[in-house]
Amino acid sequence: MIGIKSIVLAAGLAMLSVGAAQAAPAAPATKAVAAAPAATVSQDPMLAVDGAPAMAIDPKVGQPVDGLITIQPQVTPNGQQALWFHNTLLMPVITGICILVLVLLGWVALRYRRAANPVASKTSHNTILEVLWTGIPVLILLGLALPSIGLLQAQYKPAPKNAVTLKAIGNQWYWTYQYPDHGGFEITSNMLKEAGEIGKGERARTAIDGPRLLATDNRVVLPVGVPIRLITTANDVIHSWAIPAFWIKLDAVPGRLNETSFTINKPGVYFGVCSELCGARHGYMPITVEAVSPAVFAQWIKAKGGTMPGAAPAPAAAPATATASIATPGAPAPTAAVVTAGQ
Amino acid sequence: MTDTALTPSAFEAHHDDAHAHDTHEMSFFARWFMSTNHKDIGTLYLIFAIVAGIIGGGISGLMRAELAQPGIQYLGYWASFLPGGEQGLDHSLHLWNVLITAHGIIMVFFMVMPAMIGGFGNWFVPIMIGAPDMAFPRMNNISFWLLIPAFTLLLASPFFGGAGNGWTLYAPLSTYGEPGPSTDMAILALHLAGASSILGAINFITTIFNMRAPGMTLHKMPLFVWSVLVTAFLLLLSLPVLAAAITMLLTDRNFGTTFFDPAGGGDPILYQHLFWFFGHPEVYIMILPGFGIVSQVISTFSKKPVFGYLGMAYAMVAIGVVGFVVWAHHMFTTGLSVNTKMYFTAATMVIAVPTGIKIFSWIATMWGGSLTFKTPMLWAIGFIFMFTVGGVTGVVLANGGIDDYMQDSYYVVAHFHYVLSLGAVFSLFSGFYYWFPKMTGKMYNEFLGQLHYWVFFAGVNLLFFPMHFLGLQNMQRRVPDYTDGLAHWNWVASIGYAVMAVGMGVFFVNLIWSLLAGKKAGDNPWGEGATTLEWTLSSPPPYHQFETLPKID
Repeated sequence: MIGIKSIVLAAGLAMLSVGAAQAAPAAPATKAVAAAPAATVSQDPMLAVDGAPAMAIDPKVGQPVDGLITIQPQVTPNGQQALWFHNTLLMPVITGICILVLVLLGWVALRYRRAANPVASKTSHNTILEVLWTGIPVLILLGLALPSIGLLQAQYKPAPKNAVTLKAIGNQWYWTYQYPDHGGFEITSNMLKEAGEIGKGERARTAIDGPRLLATDNRVVLPVGVPIRLITTANDVIHSWAIPAFWIKLDAVPGRLNETSFTINKPGVYFGVCSELCGARHGYMPITVEAVSPAVFAQWIKAKGGTMPGAAPAPAAAPATATASIATPGAPAPTAAVVTAGQ
Repeated sequence: MTDTALTPSAFEAHHDDAHAHDTHEMSFFARWFMSTNHKDIGTLYLIFAIVAGIIGGGISGLMRAELAQPGIQYLGYWASFLPGGEQGLDHSLHLWNVLITAHGIIMVFFMVMPAMIGGFGNWFVPIMIGAPDMAFPRMNNISFWLLIPAFTLLLASPFFGGAGNGWTLYAPLSTYGEPGPSTDMAILALHLAGASSILGAINFITTIFNMRAPGMTLHKMPLFVWSVLVTAFLLLLSLPVLAAAITMLLTDRNFGTTFFDPAGGGDPILYQHLFWFFGHPEVYIMILPGFGIVSQVISTFSKKPVFGYLGMAYAMVAIGVVGFVVWAHHMFTTGLSVNTKMYFTAATMVIAVPTGIKIFSWIATMWGGSLTFKTPMLWAIGFIFMFTVGGVTGVVLANGGIDDYMQDSYYVVAHFHYVLSLGAVFSLFSGFYYWFPKMTGKMYNEFLGQLHYWVFFAGVNLLFFPMHFLGLQNMQRRVPDYTDGLAHWNWVASIGYAVMAVGMGVFFVNLIWSLLAGKKAGDNPWGEGATTLEWTLSSPPPYHQFETLPKID
């Protein structure tokens, strides 16, 4: 149903071409969305007419659900493989070990209590037993290590050439995102504050944005079914970009480019949090990914003033913008420069 | 030790006043502030650890109060007590980071380590190997007294802004991420505590290698002594690396070096490698003496020798050795290469094997025994099960591919509190009740001891088990507020804290009551199962024991 809704809304934005550049992305940090309605007709396929996000959120997917005790549903193949490994192999094994130890302890406590066994034996060695409880755990661990190594191999499979590159840059305390393959424009993603906490010109979070502390003003938009190459770095201290529904967590380290890849196979809105202590507002820099069909993604790219690699005549210029990564620490305010290289 | 000729053999040291003149001649100041006696220094360490535990545990109470419900309830109010008063949201949020940092550093460096190694190690390693004292009594004293300025520095740091970097002090948050003297104070606190531990480690290694009584071969040493020996080696080899890393932090902060600053060619990840090269052995430093205590207690209350003694001893050696080559499993999300991640996954899993040997050997020690369930035994059995639970989640986290989900989530918090707050702390209580009669000459109250156990057991499980769920639902560590979808289990965990706190209340009542009005303890209140040398001495032991060395056959 999410997919349908997003497509319906996407239809309402037919006009994508001209003048998109001065829309929302150019606005500074917290005022991005507030600035959007000025353009009267929303150019952004992700936004409804009033500037609020259009895609509805499935409250059971991509965010914590109160009272649950399980891993969040996975929407990437690697995530599903990892979830299978965790639920089908690891959980039964560790539960079994705990129950075994508990039963053994209960048995000895009952059978060998002083009342039941007044005279203690003096047995202190049993070679066969000792070999067994060394050897069997080794075999169990081997059984776990093999799928574990396989999972790592899958996770480290490099992204193919046609992958969509997303560069996530951590700042105290918000994320900026660049799409180097798509003209290198940049969006800034700030946590939406609650009504009553907001300053002048800021938009308060509403239910449609997502849960408290997880909703952001500008969501990262990514296509489903297309491999994503995620590159992370940071401008000040170490942050960590994480979306549990993708089974992705990658530290954003100043001076480094970390890379991983994943493919989302279900449209939806997925929430994550910065997962490395980064100062006072560590808990206040969430990550929101909106996964849409490639067609809608292409529309969104255009609306942001970017270009699709295949469509644009000169896509090769993108790398030049990608290197603008390691900005000076202490100059956090991002100027969301819409770089339309080659146009 | 001057009047050797006058003293009776250790085995007839029942005359409590035989050496009393030693202590009577000493002023209070000379005895407790200039002490060179391993038992007095051990007592000082234990008192210190209890004080630090109250502070560190109190801080966790503040944290659980704030986390009981979504939203920020108390931080602003608490922040108003610090210099400068309440200065808005960021100030309050920073206080949170100060609290988690203080809780971590206090519990690791000023509670568990002083209690395990400084306290029980000092008290019982010399006695268990039949030595009159530690090899370097004056160094022993400085080891303890270095902790006082260290702890003072740490406790004072919140009044100078507060160090909010987490106990790991990751650069660059701890370098250019946090100006002000507080982080420097925390770093110097770690320097001093580290120097204290290195001196202590040298002392233990020398004592154990050179001062064993005739016939006390290495393979006859009680497992507690083995555990302290392995721990001492871990301290000696790992702490200098920490010292180097935090010294580089200091120079990065104050003298313009850029060891960890990419702008000057440095690397923040280098700090993490150095820190965890120390940090992973550190977690075994905290648990190995607990293994030793549990081995003694299980054997005593089963009236059986420890099953598979050599396997138990060398399992600890193996854990110590392998513990040095698994550090990067703390860094699985920092961008390690696939081969590195595979290696550290496999190496980490290997640790489960010697740990499993220990678990099964403890159960086999009880098997066929004649068990009595006195308080120390309850804690030891509880330790075995709780450590198993904490251990198996360690196996989950060892998988680099799985860890991408769990890293820095509450699942990790649950894991290491199961091995520490339910592992190491259970073993500490086990040892405390086990040796309380020996150290004080008085019996603790058995009913209160068992009540303490059951209330504490219920409380910590209620407190920490839901944290697994919070982690799986993706609550990240080190945040004072969380999205509303995490409210339920946080509320349960905070109730668990309250239950645990009631248990601790019972402990302190028991402690005070037993010290004031406890029944007089005999030399060996535990009967035939207690076979180590401390039970051959009076309770409390004479001021100087074994002036004629015991012979072990």
